[in-house]
Amino acid sequence: MWRVGTVIALHDETATARTITLDVPDWPRHVAGQHVDVRLTASDGYSAVRSYSIASAPNSERRVELTVERLPNGEVSPYLTQEVAVNDRLELRGPIGGWFVWRTQQTEPIQLIAGGSGIVPLMAMIRSRASAVSTAPFRLLYSVREPRAVFYRDELQALLPHDNSVSVSYAYTRTAPKDWPRPPGRIDAALIADATWPSKLVPTCYVCGPTSFVESATCLLTASGNSPDKVRTERFGPTGDRQ
Amino acid sequence: MSTHTYDYLDGNAAAGELSKIFALDVTAASGQCAHCGTTRRFAEAHLYMQGPGIVARCAVCENVLLRLVNVRERMFLDMQGMTFLSLDTSQLIESNR
Amino acid sequence: MGITSRGFPGRRSAADAKLPPGQYLTTDFPVLSAGPTPHVSLDQWEFTINEGTDVLRRWDWKSFRDLPTETFATDLHCVTRWSKLGTSWEGVSLDTMFADVKTDAPYALVHSYGDYTTNLPMDDLMNKQAWIGFRFDDEDLEPEHGGPARLLVPHLYLWKSAKWVRGITLMHEDEPGFWESLGYHNYGDPWREQRYSGDE
Repeated sequence: MWRVGTVIALHDETATARTITLDVPDWPRHVAGQHVDVRLTASDGYSAVRSYSIASAPNSERRVELTVERLPNGEVSPYLTQEVAVNDRLELRGPIGGWFVWRTQQTEPIQLIAGGSGIVPLMAMIRSRASAVSTAPFRLLYSVREPRAVFYRDELQALLPHDNSVSVSYAYTRTAPKDWPRPPGRIDAALIADATWPSKLVPTCYVCGPTSFVESATCLLTASGNSPDKVRTERFGPTGDRQ
Repeated sequence: MSTHTYDYLDGNAAAGELSKIFALDVTAASGQCAHCGTTRRFAEAHLYMQGPGIVARCAVCENVLLRLVNVRERMFLDMQGMTFLSLDTSQLIESNR
Repeated sequence: MGITSRGFPGRRSAADAKLPPGQYLTTDFPVLSAGPTPHVSLDQWEFTINEGTDVLRRWDWKSFRDLPTETFATDLHCVTRWSKLGTSWEGVSLDTMFADVKTDAPYALVHSYGDYTTNLPMDDLMNKQAWIGFRFDDEDLEPEHGGPARLLVPHLYLWKSAKWVRGITLMHEDEPGFWESLGYHNYGDPWREQRYSGDE
């Protein structure tokens, strides 16, 4: 049930978030959106388990990337974002989840809505789409506190708008970039109307982030005409950690 | 009495633990609440995971659907709160392929 | 048990005779829950003592707050292994609440707003061992910690100290509550480490 992965690379996404790349022997091919449980064990036998979404696209190279955000009072995230070093080993269980997934055979329009670190599994979906050379129409609405909190910034920026790409819109909730057309604030009905697929296109929607964000975004999606069974959700802890 | 605190996760969060028991993916499974009759995907259930055990509650009426406790080498599972769980037999979880 | 994670500190506990076996010290106050936090308005709050279908005593918030209170400090021990020492409370002793209740029922089933229950012997609720607490650390008890009022039975694991308490039913036969019916110890003495059913 538990496999052991070796850390082969570390990359800071932001001041508080880090991507850990693991090499996991016998790793089965995962599907974008799935997560793993990571188990840490101290020398006194105490162990802690936390769930983290897989950030990497399915690949045949036994590679699993996790992006972890450090929580101020976290027990596991400070260790994963500050202590873990290349060649360390981590125990993983998974891949887990069969509902909050995007499979490359899906061709319908996809609406992704991320709140903070909720971007991680949605990025796996974007990466999966790219590596499968899928032409499924994707839109991403990414809500963050401020520009410095954006994960995968360069990669998202490289998704220039053209026919075969992903359209990305940002919602800044506390501090927006200079000259940003929209003042800082949470996503609302107006932004849903402007930046997401019209519900008449019957998109499959994926919403991920802290629980309160997911409830609010889901409510906005259904209010704008999307059927509840077309909205798939994944909730992180109130502070953004999957506990 | 209403719930205004978003202190729950969802069925995805319990899937790792439940993978010890269920050979099939449980997050996409449909379950019917024995209390209010609502049928929903288990991924949409409200999960309370920080106490002495795992408690899954109906997203509509908040009654208990499922409880799970790890006690040493045993797991206690109570599913009285669901009249049924309907799973896709093609969705074997990875460790059971 | 898995591989050891290099540099993962775990929960080091102060070697302290005050801690029951297997516990570690915490300075924060973890919030653990089996369900949503009920929000009970004070004008709807009530606490009852029942036996069968009979309501023996009932208090609303005003009459409850008219009762004599005690302030005290005590230690909390949660079965999930954290202990918090020297917590300060204000509450009404169960001895006060049961003062006019005549019963030979040996057991109690405690009910909370929401669906939580826990069971314990009446002997463990009496004789200065239990309170209905409504102030913690000199402030009104927060909903996430069981406010407006919770049961406090510090000599047992904290799951017996039912949050959002609404009443006690006197029982002639012991009936396991929410966690006791799913693998947790029926009594729960932290000093004998009675966490799970089957523990001595």
